[in-house]
Formats: sequence, structure tokens, C-alpha cells
Amino acid sequence: MLEVSQLTIRFDGTPALDGADLSVEDRSIHVLMGPSGSGKSTMLRSIAGLENPEIGEIAWNGRSVLGVPAHKRGFGLMFQDYALFPHRNVAGNVAFGLRMQGLDSAIIHNRVDAVLELVGLPGYGDRSVGTLSGGERQRIALARTLAARPRLVLLDEPLGALDRSLREHLLVEMRSIFNQVEATVLYVTHDREEAFTIADRVAIIRDGRIVADDTPEGLWHRPPDGWIARFIGLENLCAASTLAELAVPSPSVATTTGVIPPEAITLSPTGSQTATVTGSFFRGGLYRIELDLDAGLSLITWSPVGIEAGTLARFDVDTTRISWFEG
Amino acid sequence: MRTRLWVLLLAVVPAAFLAYFFVYPLVTILYTGLVPNGQFATSAFAEIVTDPTMRSIAWFTLWQALLSTVLTVILGLPAAYIFARYRFPGRSLFRSLTLIPFVLPTLVVGVAFLAVLGPGSPFGVDLRGTIWAILIAHVFYNLAIVIRGVGVLWEQIDPHIEDAARSLGAGRWRVFREITLPLLRPAILSSAALVFLFSFTSFGVILVLGDLHHTTLEVEIWRQATAFLRLDLASALAVLQLVGVTVILLIYGKTSRRTAGELPLRPPAEVARRPQTVGERLFIAATLGMLGLIVVTPIVVLVARSLSTPTGLALTHYANLFDPPRASAIFVSPLDAIGNTLRFAIPAVVIAAGIGLMAGVVIVSTRGRGGRIFDTVLMLPLGTSAVTIGFGFLVALDQPIDLRASLVLIPIAHALVAIPFVIRSTVPVMESVQRRLREAAAVLGASPRQVWREVDLPLVSRALAVGALFAFAISVGEFGATSFIARPATATIPVAIFRLLGRPGTFGEAMAMAVLLMAITGIAAMGIESMRGSRSGGV
Amino acid sequence: MNRPLAGLLIAVIALVATGCSAGDTETGEIVLMTHGSFVVSDGVLEAFAEEMGITVSVLQSADAGTMVSQAILTKDNPVADVLYGIDNTFLSRAIDEDLFLPHRAAAIDTVPETLRVQGDLVTPIDFGDVCLNLDPDGLESLGLGSPDRLVDLADGAYRGTLVVEDPSTSSPGLAFLLATIATFGEDGTYPWQAYWRDLVTNDVRIVPGWDQAYYGEFSGGSGSGDRPIVVSYATSPVAEVYFGDLEAAPTTIVEDGCFRQVEYAGILNGTKAEAAAGRLVDFLLEHTFQEDVPLSMFVFPANSDTSLPDVFADHAVIPTGSILMDPARIDENREQWLAEWATVVR
Repeated sequence: MLEVSQLTIRFDGTPALDGADLSVEDRSIHVLMGPSGSGKSTMLRSIAGLENPEIGEIAWNGRSVLGVPAHKRGFGLMFQDYALFPHRNVAGNVAFGLRMQGLDSAIIHNRVDAVLELVGLPGYGDRSVGTLSGGERQRIALARTLAARPRLVLLDEPLGALDRSLREHLLVEMRSIFNQVEATVLYVTHDREEAFTIADRVAIIRDGRIVADDTPEGLWHRPPDGWIARFIGLENLCAASTLAELAVPSPSVATTTGVIPPEAITLSPTGSQTATVTGSFFRGGLYRIELDLDAGLSLITWSPVGIEAGTLARFDVDTTRISWFEG
Repeated sequence: MRTRLWVLLLAVVPAAFLAYFFVYPLVTILYTGLVPNGQFATSAFAEIVTDPTMRSIAWFTLWQALLSTVLTVILGLPAAYIFARYRFPGRSLFRSLTLIPFVLPTLVVGVAFLAVLGPGSPFGVDLRGTIWAILIAHVFYNLAIVIRGVGVLWEQIDPHIEDAARSLGAGRWRVFREITLPLLRPAILSSAALVFLFSFTSFGVILVLGDLHHTTLEVEIWRQATAFLRLDLASALAVLQLVGVTVILLIYGKTSRRTAGELPLRPPAEVARRPQTVGERLFIAATLGMLGLIVVTPIVVLVARSLSTPTGLALTHYANLFDPPRASAIFVSPLDAIGNTLRFAIPAVVIAAGIGLMAGVVIVSTRGRGGRIFDTVLMLPLGTSAVTIGFGFLVALDQPIDLRASLVLIPIAHALVAIPFVIRSTVPVMESVQRRLREAAAVLGASPRQVWREVDLPLVSRALAVGALFAFAISVGEFGATSFIARPATATIPVAIFRLLGRPGTFGEAMAMAVLLMAITGIAAMGIESMRGSRSGGV
Repeated sequence: MNRPLAGLLIAVIALVATGCSAGDTETGEIVLMTHGSFVVSDGVLEAFAEEMGITVSVLQSADAGTMVSQAILTKDNPVADVLYGIDNTFLSRAIDEDLFLPHRAAAIDTVPETLRVQGDLVTPIDFGDVCLNLDPDGLESLGLGSPDRLVDLADGAYRGTLVVEDPSTSSPGLAFLLATIATFGEDGTYPWQAYWRDLVTNDVRIVPGWDQAYYGEFSGGSGSGDRPIVVSYATSPVAEVYFGDLEAAPTTIVEDGCFRQVEYAGILNGTKAEAAAGRLVDFLLEHTFQEDVPLSMFVFPANSDTSLPDVFADHAVIPTGSILMDPARIDENREQWLAEWATVVR
């Protein structure tokens, strides 16, 4: 189990990490998500041993790894640009970590074959890395990281450079591979869908601090504050006073903002509320419907059918699914 | 902290080598020359400053070196480009040929130039006694530095970068000016610095092709030290030369200020391709024509001279080398001469490559002032008059071991000149190695030393091979240091040529020996060329 | 330890182990310092080793000037025991610098009086003459006869026929300048400077070294240039015959205005093996070495009892009126003469 506490790093006086805490359970896939510049890559690099934190602690199974240099930590890091060695072929890249462990060449050979099989590129060993496609490079980089059987797999935006359809496909594949090899994974991304698809838990980092750490469902249904709600894609943020006009009372005086997840809004001709449709966009399968309420409130929901803009629509809100927080 | 210590330890070897074999002898000889009786000889400086001849020599030294450098770079870049980017028949042969001038003794080059640019010139010009003869000779000698030095980076730069620029609407020329040139800048400046130092301290070329109006500080130092026995003037001139070189190197250091020069390097085999358009073919043909004119013509002349006898073309002179018609002592068996040459060249290459590589790692790791100063100081031997260093050895190296007359000094002297070549060819590539590759190796369990061996070394190996090739060429063709402490029994090929050219009647044999020297260099260069195919890979 | 580092150290140590340094008799070795033109046949120095039980290690400098500078710089702790090859143009300076120990060579009486130096500090070993060499065919094709005297070259008829070496970079070049100074004098109605001005008017070609002059500019013998008159050695025609395997010399010399270069050997002050060094100087004047001198270095042996090889006997000319200038005068004036020469020809 990885435990990071109070991690702080400054670059030229500007804090990149500012007292970040995080724990990653064994055999779980933990996603670290944050906007660019939030410090997520720095955190990953610190855990890998490529940056030296000024303050804080990084421990594995209760023992500090801070004094341990990168090559002795036993953590694998896969880079966003893959960083494949141009002077070695595919097998040479995948075997690298095994060679560093001083393994027997027969064992190395078998493991390289096995891991190439695992990532779905059997027989690619003799290829030059210069001849590979983007998706193939990604898999080889993954194979190289996994081949060394690291205690912890760190991935830095591993799908960032790939197109959307490939990304979806590889994401599912990666998840199954990680489960297969029972890897402990810390996965950095800025993409919500990617995070939710692969994660057991998602930690949100903002300005060098971990501001939330929950299951994807937990985050979605109980976002701790408005910034996080917006960051993970919840758009219907309403002031308690506005919601009161819709006869949705705030549970307490302190909770002044409510978030209505889009699935809590049901369009129906018999709905109790009325709003003007200001936009209707086809998003493949579902329409994104933008509603404008008289109370000066805009809401977003999804509908299997499109509605012409300018028309009135009726809907219901499942008030039990509204989450409330202060501010 | 660990890295610092490691770098410091690595820096000790080149620093100690340079201190003992360059700085210490240099300071000792300058002290001997300038403080003859415990009194500083200011008069020597006064003499230089007031003598208009000295001033004009200093001025000529500077401007001919600058002009030679500019010409060499301008003519070298297209050649570097075609060798780096295109595959065409005869490519490696041509590239190997370009290294040959580098090893030719100036006496031999003088013969060739007289034939090509003298009274019987096939081009109908007589450039004897003009600055052009000197400039062309400097280009002839130094073209290889630019071709190799720039080529080694050029052939690894991903052409996609240029493709991207073209797709953004930049024409070929703009791509070159705005993309390629800035990317190549470190390598171009590196090569230009070497060419400048060679031209600035030009000795043999000036002695062969210069005259009273065209002479360099280097030649003047030698004249003062050996013809007039004026050690004070020679030392004062050496100081002047050293100051000039240092100023130029400092300017170079500032302009070549390290950028975050990480480049996605690619294996050369993937970068080079066949020429496709007529324009490309024409460009290659024109560049090869230019190389042919500058590099190949003199070589052909020398071969022709080695074959010409009163009764027509024959191998007589070659036969004479192996079996002299007269049992004259001036003939050294070619096999002995080759053996002697290699006996100095191999240790020289080992020392230069080892120390140059260590120094290169130190320079790249200490990206700041320290590294720059180290870099500059290591270049100085190239810009210091050979006769000064030679005399420095004599006055300084008698303790603790008397090395003054030792043959050990020959490869060491060669290495002193060759180390800057190893540094200049490896540092630009080392700086371009992406930091992420090193990090990737580290997180895969490679210790800093393993990272260096597994990532840096293989990526830098081609550049190192180029540096080593230059070290070899420097040693094989070197005459000054070798003749300074030569022995009859250790005559190298250049020494043998010098002897054969020293008396009437053995001219053809001297030419035959020179052709032998060219052949050895060509073979070594081809050997390096063939290494390019076998890049490491696999498990 | 780094692998390259270890390899380097091994290489350096191996080199140091095989290198050798200045001689002393205890190691059974004696060091002879000489110039780059020094050549000796196999077996000659070995004969000395056999006789004395001391091997001779030869240390060569590129040229005589460098050699003398080296000897002066190391006079407190010499790198060699015997210096051979210093000529009359550098001798005076070397003696002033106290480079030599006196030694009277065993065979000194065989050396003509004119070659000897007072005080026995150095021993003459060989001599040669720097003379104008002619290409008779080349001159004839220009409708010219062979010049007899230096002054003939100032005649407009010989315009564009002469190539000489720069006296500040070439030893025969300096010898020729000294010959003109001795011939025309420093004052009078037609001093040497006036002669040189006429040579310049007559389009004399000045090149830095002997090989460029002889091979590059001279039209005779093995030269491939277009000038029929060159400053070279009196023995150059002999070398042409010898190496070219010819019946008759293709070139001739002008006997007027030849400058005699005498090469000396001396024991270096500070040697740890004075006796052996003295023995080596004696050896250089004995027949074994003296007989090897003509065909190895194309100079004449100083020992007048030496029999000359056939090719020398048949083809060599020893100019009778060769100029011998006092080394002290050369040393005193060299710098000034060269400076004056430079202003004249510039």
C-alpha cells in the first residue's frame, strides 16, 4: 500500500505540490485527476523518485521510500510520450527492466514473449520502435512497464496522445490487464470519462492539494464542493434560494448550494416544472437539452429525443438525488 | 548531491590530464620565456606592439581564420546535408574520401595544390602567393570537420519536424533557416569553433602556401623560437595568440549558450532516404561536384604523381618503397612505418576517446558556468601554438618521471589535440538525448551508471565513433609532435614522407607513401561507416 | 571504477612502461640528439653498441633550429648526451649558451683546418655546400647559357628563372642569403641589398621551403616546375643520379657563391655519461660512420681520409671557393640581416 502525506515541492518558489495526501490500496486502480498545472504529474514523478519533495512523506507498506533512488524503488512509470528507447527494438525495450534486475536471459525471453502476448502484440519483438503506430507504441510502453513486475504501476496520461476510439478500446483492455496481473496502479489523467472507466477510486488534485478521494460513484453523487462538481462534469449548480422557488428546500441553513445530476431530471409531458428549451444537441444516442427556468436558472439534462429550441418543456426533479454543500 | 559528487569524480581525470600535460608545461615555458632572469620581459610585448609587421601578422591571422571558417561552413553544410539525408550510390565512399585531406601532411598538400592551382593548373589559374591558395587549403583540410560534426546530429533529427514546418506553409529555404538551422546550431557552432582554431593556428599550410605577406602568429612563434632563438618574443606572441583564442572561445561559449536542446533523435537508417525529385538529384550531383573539385582533385593529382615515371604510368615508386633499388638508409619499410603510425594512433585514440567522453559527460551534467569554463579550457590546446607546448613539455616534464624524451608524449600530444574533437562531436548529441529516456531507464531499475551505459552511450556511440575517427586521423597525419621527439626507429608515415621529400630523386616514393597514408585513412573511415548499420538492439 | 577510466589508466601505464628517457651509462644507453634530416644505415650505430656495450638512442627534432632551441631550454637537465647536426649558422649561440663540454676527438687531425673550431667544444662531422642548381635543358630552351656567377642573375636576361627559399624558414635559404652577403658585402657601391633588389626586379620566386622550391618550382631533375635555377645543394645532382639510377646528372651547379654548411657534434654539458659521450663523438668521426654519411645524408665526410662511394667520386663536385662565414658574425647579424632582407623583397 502506498501512502503519501503532506507532500510539498516548489519550483522556483511556486508550489507544484502543497501538502498533498494520498493512499493507494493494494491491487486497486487509483486515478489521480486534475486540470493541467494542478501538480498531478509532479506527484507521480515524486512517487517514482524523479523529483525530491521538500516536505512530506512517501511510504510503501509503512516504510519510507524517500531516501531510495528511482531505480531501487521498484515502481514502474509509464510516460505520456512513452519514452521508448530509439536505439533498441521492441524486445530490447520490453526486456530492459528485466535485464536491470539481472535475470537470466531465458527467463527474460519468456517474460518478454508473455508480456507482448498480454498487450496483444505477440511476435513484435524484432520490430524497430520507429516503425510502430501510436497505439502499438502505447502498448509496448505498457508492456515495458509491466514486464519488470513493479510493486506499483504509475501511469502519466498513458492515453493522452491517442485518438478517441483507440482510447476507449485500450482503456478497457488496460483495466483487464491490470486486474489480470493484480497490479497496484496510480493513473494520472485529466479526462473524467477515462478516470471513471478505469478507476476503483478517484483522487482529485487542485493547486497541489488532494481535495477529494472517493469512488467514481461517490464523487458523482456526493461532490464535496462546487469546483469539484464542475470539474467532474456536473453542470447544474443552483443556489439554495433559487431551488427554494422550485419548492426544493435546502436540508439545512448552512448548505447553500445544490447540485442536480442530469439523470435526476426527467422530461415528461406531465412534469411539475416548466422551462424553455434553449438548446438541443445530438451527442450520439442521447440529446443534450439545455433548459432555461424563469427563476433565472439553467439546467442541463439528457433526452433520447430532441426538442426544438424555443419550445416549452415539462419536467420533474428527483429531489432525493440532489447533493448539497456549503458555499 | 549524489550526482554532483559523481560528476566531480569524473571531472578529475580530464582536469588532471589537462593540468599536467597542458597548463603546467604552458605556464612553465611562458614563465621561462617572459621572466628570463627573474625580471618580467615587458620589452618583448613592447616590441610586438610597436612593430607594424607583428601587428599585420596578428591581423592577418585573425581575418584569414574567420574567412576560412565561414567558407568551410558554407561549403560543408550542403555536403553534411546530402550525406545525412539521402541514400545514393557511392555515398559512404564519398563520405570516407572527405576525411582523407585531414591526414595529409602539408608538404604533400603543397605539391597537390601547386599542381592544381599553380602555373600548370587545369583550371587556368595561378593562385600561388595569394590568400586564395591558403583559404582553399583550409577548406580542403577542414571540410571533414563540418561534414562529420554537423552530419552526426543532422542524420538523427526527425525529418517530421521539418515536414511539420512545411505543412505550415514554410518553403524549403524558410524551413532550413527557421527550423533546421536553429536545431543544428550547437553542432554548427561546435564545428565552426574547431575549424577556426585550426585555421587560426595554421602552420603547415602557411609554410607551404604562404609567403612574407601571408603568415600567421603560429609560424611567427616558430620562427622566433627556432630561427632567431628569441624565446621572449616567441612567448609574448604565444600569449597574444592564447588571448585571441580565449576571446574567440568565450564569444563562442556565449553564443552557443545551451538551450533546452532535447530533440527526438531517430536512428540514421530511418532518416536517410533515396532522392525522389529531379531537384533533389540535381542538388546531390552539384554538391558532389563541389566536393569532387575541392577534395578529390588534389587526391587524384597525388595518386597520379605517385604513378608517374619517366617511362609512363607504373608502380615503380611503390615497388621502390618495398624494395629500394639503392640500399639507402632514407627508405623506411612501409610496413614499419604503418606499424609505427598505428602504435601511436591506437593509444592516442583510447586516451582521447576516454578523456573526451568523461569531459563531455561533465560538461553536459554541469549545465552552468562551470561546465562552460571546463569546455573552453579543454579547447585551448587546439588553439595554442604547437611549438610552445612542445617546448613546454621539455622544460616542465622532467619530474617526477622524466617524460621529456619519452615516446609516451607522442600519443599524449595527439590526444590533447583530439580531445576537443571527441567533446565537440559527442556533447551536442548528449545534450539532445531526452531526459525522459534517462528517467524511463531509471524507473525500470537502471542505476545512474547503467542509465549512462544503456541509454546515453548507445545513443552517443556514433558521435563517439566520429570523434574517435578524428582522433585517429589527427594521430595518423600528425607530424609536428611526432618529429619533435621522433626516433629513426619509430618513423611514422608522415615522418617517412618528410624524409623522402627532403632530398632530390625520391619524390615519386614520397607520393607513393602519401597514397598509402590516404588508403589507411580511407579504410579506417570506411570501417566507421560500416558500423552505422549494426545498431544495437534485441535482448 | 568506470570502465573507460580503467582502460585509460592501463593504456597510460603500459605506455609509460615502454617509453624511455634520457640516457646514462648505468642503463647502457646514450642519447644522441639530432635534426630531422639525420639518416643512418642499419648496422652503423649497432657497431658502436657492439664495441662499447652502450646502445645509442637517437632523438630527432624537426629541424636544426628547433633542435638548438630544445638543447638550450634543457641545458640544466639535458635530454641527451651528445648533440649532432648543429651547423655554423647556429653554432655561436650554442657556444654562448655554454651547451658543450670540450672534447678533442681522436681523429680530429684528419679534419681540414678550415672546418675546425677553436677550443674543441665541438667536432666537425660533415659538410655540404648550398649552391645554385641549374637545369641546362631548361636554360637552353630559353636561349640562355649557364650563369657562372651570382651577379649574372641580376641581368635582365635571367628574368623569371630563379627560385629561392625564404631565409627565415629554410636552412638553404639562409645559406644563400649569407652567400650573397659575403659576396657583395654590406657596404660599397653594389651591396647585397642592391643585388636582392635586382633579383626582385628580375622576378625571383621566394618559397618557404626547399622541397617546394626543388620539387614544385624547379624544372630540372625530379622537379616539375618551370624555373631552371634553384637554390639547392652541391650534392643534389649526385642524388638525382643515385636515386634515379641515371648515367649522367640531369642538373649542374654554379660553383660561384656556394655557402659551406659544416655540421658539428658536441658533448652536452650536464651529461651523466661524459666518457661514453666522448666516445660517441669520436665514433662519429671514424670510418664506419664517415663512410655512411655521403649516401645517407648527401653530405661530405669531415674526415679527409674517408673514401667516397663511387657515385660521389664520379659525379660530386666540391666547389673550391665555397664561402665559410664566421659563426659569431652570423649570430650577431642574423636578425638584422633577415629584417633587412624582408624589407627589400617585400
